Amino acid sequence: MRQTLTHNPLLRRIAAAAGTLLGVAVFVFIMLRAIPGDQITAGLGTEAAALTPAQQAALESYYGLDQPLFIQFFSWLGNLFTGNLGFSSRAQESVLDLTLRSLPVTFELAIFAIVLALLIGVPLGMLAASRPDSPRDGLAQVVSLAGLSVPAFLLATTLLSVFAASWGFNPNGEGFAAFTDNPLLNLQQMLLPAVVLGFGIAAPIIRTTRTAVLEIRSNDFIRTARAKGVPEGRLQARHVLRNALVPIVTMTGLQFGYLLGGAVVVEQIFSIPGIGRQVLLGIQQKEYALVQSTVLVIALTFVIVNLLTDLLYRVIDPRVRAA
Amino acid sequence: MTGVPLTTDTSPVPAAAGRRVPALLKSPTGLSGLILICLLAVLSLLSFSNSLPYDPLTQDAPSSLLAPSAQHWFGTDQFGRDVFSRVAAGVANSALIAVVAVAFAAVIGTLGGLVAGFYRGAADSVIGGITNVLFAFPPLLLALALASVFNRNWFTIAVAIAVVYVPIFIRVTRGPVLSLREIDYVRAATSTGQSRVMIMLRHVLPNITSIIIVQVALSLSWAVLTEASLSFLGLGTPPPAPSLGSMIFEARTLVYVAPWTMIAPGVVVVLLVVGLNLLGDGLRDGFDPRNRGKR
Repeated sequence: MRQTLTHNPLLRRIAAAAGTLLGVAVFVFIMLRAIPGDQITAGLGTEAAALTPAQQAALESYYGLDQPLFIQFFSWLGNLFTGNLGFSSRAQESVLDLTLRSLPVTFELAIFAIVLALLIGVPLGMLAASRPDSPRDGLAQVVSLAGLSVPAFLLATTLLSVFAASWGFNPNGEGFAAFTDNPLLNLQQMLLPAVVLGFGIAAPIIRTTRTAVLEIRSNDFIRTARAKGVPEGRLQARHVLRNALVPIVTMTGLQFGYLLGGAVVVEQIFSIPGIGRQVLLGIQQKEYALVQSTVLVIALTFVIVNLLTDLLYRVIDPRVRAA
Repeated sequence: MTGVPLTTDTSPVPAAAGRRVPALLKSPTGLSGLILICLLAVLSLLSFSNSLPYDPLTQDAPSSLLAPSAQHWFGTDQFGRDVFSRVAAGVANSALIAVVAVAFAAVIGTLGGLVAGFYRGAADSVIGGITNVLFAFPPLLLALALASVFNRNWFTIAVAIAVVYVPIFIRVTRGPVLSLREIDYVRAATSTGQSRVMIMLRHVLPNITSIIIVQVALSLSWAVLTEASLSFLGLGTPPPAPSLGSMIFEARTLVYVAPWTMIAPGVVVVLLVVGLNLLGDGLRDGFDPRNRGKR
């Protein structure tokens, strides 16, 4: 079977992702240009008013602001490709170094949260589907409604105060410990933030699992398996759950965006030095180069995760592979 | 919470809206959502009509951090401001921002979805590209970045939130429009020489209203959460305007001495979002043709 490049669904998907990323870069560039003032006034604040026209012009040419917009865009893009994401004047560090340090922290948090969410969501969804419209179904519905409706910042603030006050458990009060330095303290520090984020994404996982399991159970092959005497546990694991995995994986992948956004809130509350906190600090300190590059890195991460989800579900679902 | 919101099932040709609304009143989910939202609407009407017991902004140092009582139903905060009045004003503020944001998103997104699905071709590619770009940002992060760019007031916050929800409305309307344009009565209308704009507005749009209504209810709940998160992070409507998110932020340090300063806005924001979610679920069940026999 011959496949031309344009007909390979995988390559097409990757090309589309690359196109989207270019669009994302344009969007971020335009958005940051829309800020009243420019890097000069943002950097100097009110002192910018004291600049002489000559100083102003010198600074503009230094930052390349006297160039036409599309040249500014391409020189920025070119810099990005060489790994130059800009420099944070507050941190006195390159944005690349900051990002290389903060991104793994957020990844660890996200993975921890996803594991917790799957541990809560999948069993609860299967339990709900095992007897629809029963009390156990009702319980799952209430948990998922709560997950959808309790804001992350409220849950985080409440947990932090309750745990610290009632049990004196406040690992986040100490300085952040990297996993490589002090794994035990690190996991303790990640626990509450991961619970908050995990609870938020457990809701869609519960709902997706419930719907998928109900749909799969009505299939003929399940009846056949039962008729030929497959034990119930094996039936649930190998026949039902295996097939329900496709929508569950897709839903979990989609929730990664929620995790990256929610990370801004949760990392701020629990003082976790991840990528979300980096964006927020950049915004608060008006370091637009930092914000611009970090937002781009996050969007890039999100696009790549979506791409990987797509690939993963090709692995799980042979039907998609064949198509 | 503010995840990537997608309605899970979009049946290709949905029920027309008008006939199914009464079904909402029969479903316990939808009805309880409706009641919650009506109660909170009364609260915000009190604020909009200036008939709150106290002014939400007036400080009164001697009566700071009073526990809930007959005078101050939800107690007072660290500046002696009445928490009940502030919560009511906060709900009004959240509701205003959420409604304006979702209205913008629904109108622009539906138009985008209609044009993309009906004209296909280049229009579809361009609109699809924009949708993909906006979907590449985590929703809360996009709102945050936009809110930081604008000069912040309630309207610019609403616009920032609207941008996040436009692609959702494009995506949920485009699919059904694609299948509707192939349906016989739409083809018949085309063959009688009606203009495409007329066909879109008279024959296609009425058939996707149920999808739009469900999406509006669900988007409102996410918009309320987004607004509250932004104001919690200090990027919402600037103080001293009362906002549920910033009230919770300020109450963090008071939670041991005056728990009511956190409980009141916390419970109200949860009730608001729960109400909107229940309403959305009730509407979706009511519109779903698969439930037609049951109710």
